[in-house]
Amino acid sequence: MKLTALEKLDRRWLFLIVALLVLGPMLRPIGLPLVPSRPVRMFHDAIASIPDGSIVLMSCDYDPGGKPEMVPMTKTALRQLWDKHCRVVITCLWTGGSGLVDETVEAVAVERRAEGKPVVYGVDYVDLGYKAGYEAVMVLMGKGIHNAFPQDHHANPTSSLPLMKDVRDYSSFVMLVNISAGYPGTKEWVQQVNSRFHLPMVSGCTAVSAPEYYPYLQAGQLRGLLGGMAGAAEYEKLRGEKGLATKGMDAQSLAHAFVALCIVMGNVVQWSKRGGGGA
Amino acid sequence: MKRELPLLITAVIGLFMILSFFVPHHVVSVPADFLQQCAVIVVAFGYVLGGANALRVNLLSIAKRQSDWAYKLVLVVSLVATVVIGLIEGRRWQATDSVSMFLYNQLYSPMQATMFSLLAFFIASAAFRAFRIRTVEAGLLAVAALIVMLGRVPIGNEMTSWLPEGLRMGPVQEWIMNVPQNAAKRAILMGAALGVMATGLRIILGIERSYLGGGD
Repeated sequence: MKLTALEKLDRRWLFLIVALLVLGPMLRPIGLPLVPSRPVRMFHDAIASIPDGSIVLMSCDYDPGGKPEMVPMTKTALRQLWDKHCRVVITCLWTGGSGLVDETVEAVAVERRAEGKPVVYGVDYVDLGYKAGYEAVMVLMGKGIHNAFPQDHHANPTSSLPLMKDVRDYSSFVMLVNISAGYPGTKEWVQQVNSRFHLPMVSGCTAVSAPEYYPYLQAGQLRGLLGGMAGAAEYEKLRGEKGLATKGMDAQSLAHAFVALCIVMGNVVQWSKRGGGGA
Repeated sequence: MKRELPLLITAVIGLFMILSFFVPHHVVSVPADFLQQCAVIVVAFGYVLGGANALRVNLLSIAKRQSDWAYKLVLVVSLVATVVIGLIEGRRWQATDSVSMFLYNQLYSPMQATMFSLLAFFIASAAFRAFRIRTVEAGLLAVAALIVMLGRVPIGNEMTSWLPEGLRMGPVQEWIMNVPQNAAKRAILMGAALGVMATGLRIILGIERSYLGGGD
């Protein structure tokens, strides 16, 4: 078969191969070794350096579209924070995200209770839910968290929650952990909160948006960065966990390798069509 | 007056908000807080306006039996049903057994996840058919893309495990991200920031008026 015949290849064959490459490792993991990168180690170390029992702001800015990348890192970050007995205040600035964020937080809380390390809502963590307004909410929170969120996700008055009695504005937090899938997210938190209120910050983001945040990482505005599922899996490795991201890495590895092969093959076909000449 | 008044309000409030960034005194900060709260409320009203507009546009298309009107009907029914169910359930919508949460977990969440999952298939197809190396620049882009794509996942390091540590895919992709990518991204960010400042000044000074509408 000539290479040029590949040009007319029905794309459904490509779809089938992608499906098999993703499903195969899910059903039968290969266990490719993970090596934590520097930004991931920085993220882990930044949280590890927080004094035990501190209050941390965690903004989970994503919706179900970012679930495979965002949920694993949210869970691992929460586990690390709660292992340090940190008290966590959770917010969400994405319209469709508050339900997923609440479900994720509760899943980790239930898991902790089952392990005999209970966390109590209102004391160890508070979910303030969704607030419309993007950057305006970030700035408003700087003037008072109660002002921006008079009620939590479950419609309790914020001032009635024991944890919130110790929270006034950004100065009440030792760190902001932002898990973001786009706008509003890490970039806006850096610009509106880190730069203005000097709140130390780490970020977990989608793989596609990670390159945008490298300048903030290099400038020290971000103390650590998790990029996509790979970042989440490396973070799980550092924490000694085998979570959802680790399970997904084999599938992602093979899918990436196949896309790379498609780029190479597509160009080889192109060149062979031109009689072996260059571009 | 129809144009001058909005321009004046924009200029005064714009300058006042810049002032509030530098002056923490309550004479400035209290009205600034109020204006920020107003902004949050205006954004919330934007959703109502967006919903009403979506209804108007799609109902018109359905009434005129335009192409794909059946899909628009599904959109309108879903929109109305979600709002009505939300209004009936009120603050109870967050309860785990509420209909709203059922819709969120069983419809919205899987549908959105499906949309993004489909990208994997289309990217593979596009990579095969559309990513053509026709120039030196495109070649450099392709090489960088391949290294970053493979270096970001464990298989990249495995494929190059026979090379010295520093030449493996992982470290090389980290170098690409930290040096050339970072330099380009920083330049773009600075350019964009200067552009935002210039646009802000143009709006405050009334030079940029396109936001007022009317094609001015």
